[in-house]
Amino acid sequence: MAKRIDCSDVNIYYGDFLAVENVTVSIEPRSVTALIGPSGCGKSTFLRALNRMHEVIPGARVEGKIAMDGQDLYGPDADPVAVRRQIGMVFQRPNPFPTMSIYDNVAAGLRLNSKKLKKSDLDDLVERSLRGANLWNEVKDRLNRPGSGLSGGQQQRLCIARAIAVEPDVLLMDEPCSALDPISTLAIEDLMADLKDRFTIVIVTHNMQQAARVSEQTGFFNLNGVGQPGRLIEFNPTEKIFSNPDQKATEDYISGRFG
Amino acid sequence: MTATKATTERRPRRPVRRRGDRIFAGSAQGAGILILVILAGVAAFLVIESLPALTAPAEEIPGGEGVGAYVAPLLFGTLLAAVIALLVATPLAVAIALFVTHYAPRRLAAGLGYLVDLLAAIPSIVYGFWGIFWLAPKLVPFYRWLEENLGFVPLFAGPTSATGRTMLTAGLVLAVMILPIISAISREVFQQVPTLHREAALALGATRWEMIRMAVIPYGKSGVIGGAMLGLGRALGETLAIALVLSVSGGITLNLISSGNPSTVAANVALEFPESSGLDINTLIASGLALFLITFAVNMLARWIVNRRADFSGAN
Ligand SMILES: Nc1ncnc2c1ncn2[C@@H]1O[C@H](COP(=O)(O)OP(=O)(O)OP(=O)(O)O)[C@@H](O)[C@H]1O
Ligand SMILES: [Mg+2]
Repeated sequence: MAKRIDCSDVNIYYGDFLAVENVTVSIEPRSVTALIGPSGCGKSTFLRALNRMHEVIPGARVEGKIAMDGQDLYGPDADPVAVRRQIGMVFQRPNPFPTMSIYDNVAAGLRLNSKKLKKSDLDDLVERSLRGANLWNEVKDRLNRPGSGLSGGQQQRLCIARAIAVEPDVLLMDEPCSALDPISTLAIEDLMADLKDRFTIVIVTHNMQQAARVSEQTGFFNLNGVGQPGRLIEFNPTEKIFSNPDQKATEDYISGRFG
Repeated sequence: MTATKATTERRPRRPVRRRGDRIFAGSAQGAGILILVILAGVAAFLVIESLPALTAPAEEIPGGEGVGAYVAPLLFGTLLAAVIALLVATPLAVAIALFVTHYAPRRLAAGLGYLVDLLAAIPSIVYGFWGIFWLAPKLVPFYRWLEENLGFVPLFAGPTSATGRTMLTAGLVLAVMILPIISAISREVFQQVPTLHREAALALGATRWEMIRMAVIPYGKSGVIGGAMLGLGRALGETLAIALVLSVSGGITLNLISSGNPSTVAANVALEFPESSGLDINTLIASGLALFLITFAVNMLARWIVNRRADFSGAN
């Protein structure tokens, strides 16, 4: 079920380097939240902190509180593995497992979560996830071929199918369309519109039109200069951000008067 | 216009190539051909020199029953020792490589990798002495135990060798010798697994071990097989360590812990050669030819195994 995420006073470090400073924000369930901002301002870093993928990098750590429906994700007894099962992620570059077939890629997360699935149930779930990712018709005849043999856009949708197969509460997407053509991009945007009934979606994007098209809420990150931490400058309904933002910096960035 | 068209049609169009490219392609091709020439030379030598033994009447071959009967136990011993070595060393090497690349703290990992690599620099005669004087006596009580408790398995039927210089000991010494090769190569391929794939597994909620099973091992599999083949090559060809460790008497047997063991091709050549002349030498060379063919076949088999699932190798 879709869940809300509340962050308060979140600081994110790579070793001694403070990459993101003092973020306080609430992400609504059953909606799409877009994160925009210039390169290097910490959007990916923040996104990865939400499902505890940040700490995978040696020396990286997170301070502050991040809670999902009140459950503290960084609490003393929160298990990062369990957190990642609840909060799925799609990366900027499509990353299907090259050693697995299309079918096994989608089934990978299911097999982790519940080892004892019947073959027929697994088949159903794989089909449902591939349909959910708008990929079924293109791959149904070659489910046993390697996932790396698909086009970039198909691979990205395969990764989405893999992520939604385990029915996470939240889906994080880091520039999922940046390597895709306009048609694949549109397919994925349509998909987000479908998926947001069931999931909370957070998407990082450099494409303003995309943020405007798909999201309900938008957060604008910025940084004062190289080596400075990124900050959440403004977080508001998307309509407001794109028509009448509170901050001058937001308006400058959106209208391209940036720098 | 028409003229150019005609010429392009007549001969297949050659892509434009720069000089640097041509030089590089040429030298690479040269190196490839050189390997083939050397290999062909060795094969030709082996065939020509074994022909007298292959065509001689059976009684004149040492043992008196023909080349086949002379070579068969040697080949069997060679393969048996190498298989034991491979079965012991491969899992251990993979485990070490995984530990070094994914579990050990970074400083410990570097030191440990270095230590294992050092094993490769020890000359095989040292392994031989280590096998005879240290390992073999230490293993005797263990062999006794095996005979008493698992004696119904033909492998451990006994009677236990009093010196411990058995096929199993030889296999274990070989395992230690090939361990650094396999683990160095496995370590290398495990380190090459793209972060992207590892993070894909972790983001699905895989534990570290599940991530290793999903992303690291499948990606590194062909490399591990390649490393195991190199190790196998060394195990098949090892001479001194086996010649020292293995107590030889008797023919083909699966009994791993008794004192009656078949020798191996390489060790037998080393031991027999100084006192051989004439047809005996041709017979020894024939055993070398047999080993050469077997090694070749094993490598082809490994290639085939790796290529069978080339689409899934992760190389694309
Ligand atoms: N693995 C890392 N180790 C150290 N510093 C890092 C690492 N990854 C990112 N950073 C730093 O953290 C800051 C934020 O990076 P991040 O990748 O989050 O930016 P971003 O907003 O996603 O940029 P982009 O839009 O280009 O993807 C940058 O200064 C970057 O150099
Ligand atoms: Mg980024």
